[in-house]
Amino acid sequence: MNRKSPKPSAGIGPRITRRTFAASAGALAISAGVAPFNIVRAQSGALKVGVILPRSGYLAGIGQDCQRGVDIAGPILKDLGYPDLEIMNGDTESSVDTARSRAEKMIGDGAQVLVGAFDSGESSAIAQVAEQKGIPFIINIAAAPDITEQGYKFVFRNFPTAPMILGDAFANQLEIFGMTGAAPKTAVFLHVNDTFGTAMAKGIGAVSAKFDLPYKIVDEIAYDPATKDLSVEVAKAKAANADVLLVVSRLNDAILMTRELVKQRWTPQAILSMGPGWYEDQYLKTLGKLSDDPISFVPWYDPNKKLSPVLEAALAKAYPEVNMNTNHIFTFEALLVAADSYKRAGSADAAALTDAIRATNITDNVSIGPGIMFNEKGQNAGVKDGAIQNRDGKLVTVAPKAAANADAVWPMTPYGERG
Amino acid sequence: MPLEIYLNVAISGILTGLVYGLMALGLSVIFGVVRVVNFAHGEMMTVAMYMAVVLFSTLGLDPLIMLVPIAAVMFALGYILQKGVINAFVTRPESTQFLLMIAIAIILVNVLLIIFGPDAQGVQTSYSYDSYAVGPLIIDATKAYAAVASLVVAAVLFAFFRFTRTGTAIRGCADNHTGALVVGLDVSHLYALTFGLGTACVGAAGVMLVLLVDATPAIGPAYTLLAFIIVITGGLGSMAGALLGGVLIGLTEAMAGLLFTPSAKSMFGFAILVLVLLFRPQGILGKAAR
Repeated sequence: MNRKSPKPSAGIGPRITRRTFAASAGALAISAGVAPFNIVRAQSGALKVGVILPRSGYLAGIGQDCQRGVDIAGPILKDLGYPDLEIMNGDTESSVDTARSRAEKMIGDGAQVLVGAFDSGESSAIAQVAEQKGIPFIINIAAAPDITEQGYKFVFRNFPTAPMILGDAFANQLEIFGMTGAAPKTAVFLHVNDTFGTAMAKGIGAVSAKFDLPYKIVDEIAYDPATKDLSVEVAKAKAANADVLLVVSRLNDAILMTRELVKQRWTPQAILSMGPGWYEDQYLKTLGKLSDDPISFVPWYDPNKKLSPVLEAALAKAYPEVNMNTNHIFTFEALLVAADSYKRAGSADAAALTDAIRATNITDNVSIGPGIMFNEKGQNAGVKDGAIQNRDGKLVTVAPKAAANADAVWPMTPYGERG
Repeated sequence: MPLEIYLNVAISGILTGLVYGLMALGLSVIFGVVRVVNFAHGEMMTVAMYMAVVLFSTLGLDPLIMLVPIAAVMFALGYILQKGVINAFVTRPESTQFLLMIAIAIILVNVLLIIFGPDAQGVQTSYSYDSYAVGPLIIDATKAYAAVASLVVAAVLFAFFRFTRTGTAIRGCADNHTGALVVGLDVSHLYALTFGLGTACVGAAGVMLVLLVDATPAIGPAYTLLAFIIVITGGLGSMAGALLGGVLIGLTEAMAGLLFTPSAKSMFGFAILVLVLLFRPQGILGKAAR
């Protein structure tokens, strides 16, 4: 009996029979069942980066300032030879709950890495979502130490924690005292009484004890950050007759405080700020010459690093009226980490990308310190504070010495002698 | 602490309190006559603050010079608002009036946000940083000017209500609404005039406050609350009570900040309010309900 040979198919390749179709479908189903979420994408397109920031609500100004760091990043990263990033913008509305839901939505919409979110509470919420979904999250700015103490595998922070900020602040103060020969004996401490101010006040008490500071805090004055009048606070501080004024404030109260210092005719030897406000553009513009001389201890950029003038020039071109600050620096660096890890991973696969971020070793960066590298907790333990001083409407770095581009002015020029 | 510190703080509190008093005066006048509680009071003041900011930044006009023109514009706005919108609600339940005024407040805040954005804006006059040294005392020049201007505006308002026929007619409306209608007074017009005067008052206060505080769209509600504390303390409907309440709250907050802790100074303002409500519910200079 002759077996009939199969008829040749009309097309190229074997003809699909009912049996081969069933076998192929089964194999496909099995492979899909075994690895339902292991979607590996080759590095063929741009990395989708979900940038979640407080773009509205009470933190809107800062969120929009962070966005400037995003806006100028693209061409710089391209020039550095990094692959393209596709930015997806998300708004936390300055709310922790909204931050969480935005992170979920962004991941649902295809974000392959998340960046954000300036605020510690919002960043914590996003970190939980990122960890749950297995998507890497690079924190641009958030100082609460516990975010990187949770054992998270997908969360990375290139920003100092609050204890790191304070430790560096006191180290930089000692460096400035050594440099200028200043030895203030007393300080009066004014701080806002919100979560940030209270936490910083507690931290200052704990961390300052570890440093051999020449001054003693003779009075601590807490005030409401929403206050419209600081005359009483400044009168009380003046009555303490201290050498230096130590402050943890916000922007509006920093302006109010300076006005009161002028009106009450008191210029301390120095104003040492360990929070925002005193170096911000609006402070400089509003107060003009009266804004000169306060020293702020903040995470900052190293003007001597190769990439710093590049970032500064890009910002000056895009936003001529804006001085480069912490918001731009660390938001840019978060994107730098994303682009660098994508390049090395060769894939947008979450696991590969996460491994690549963990292995980050960028020394050609902007912020002060040896570079960007993460420890086992996902924290960059080497990132440092700078001491910056207001000078003629600009900001100069006066410490640490390795990152300084100017000498500190000490004592302050009396307010009454500024013309 | 040296004695001059106490005196400096007390003077500063009294001067600030006088500006607060003028702001509250507008609220008291409106309630005393129209019997509508203006929940948009702080927001109306913010509108005046922005007018001063715009005139200063674009034309370089000093807020103290622009006080009268801005108060006049605010008067017109208040008059139109009362005549066109609020008048229809005068006889409606208080809850409806509250909702209307809160709606107006929300609209004002958001319009300001759209136009000016969320950032603080202020004026820097040539005397912004001046202070007078009187012996060991240092007096803030801006606060002193603002306080004097408050006293002048309040005196003009007192004189208007006391010595003019229209002022007397408005007082008649406040005392007896039905009687005013019976004798043929144009109550609707008088109500609108009163609302306009109250708005002009708060406008003048806003112009002076912008010398002390930067304007932001969100600043209004805090001042609405402050105005309520002051008029309830001084006596709702009493013009002298509003000024007295302003000075009392300003002085109390300043001294509490000095003697205790500045972060709790608002608490002492509320404490005064609670004491007044407990022991003299009609306010210090208010008339008891009969």
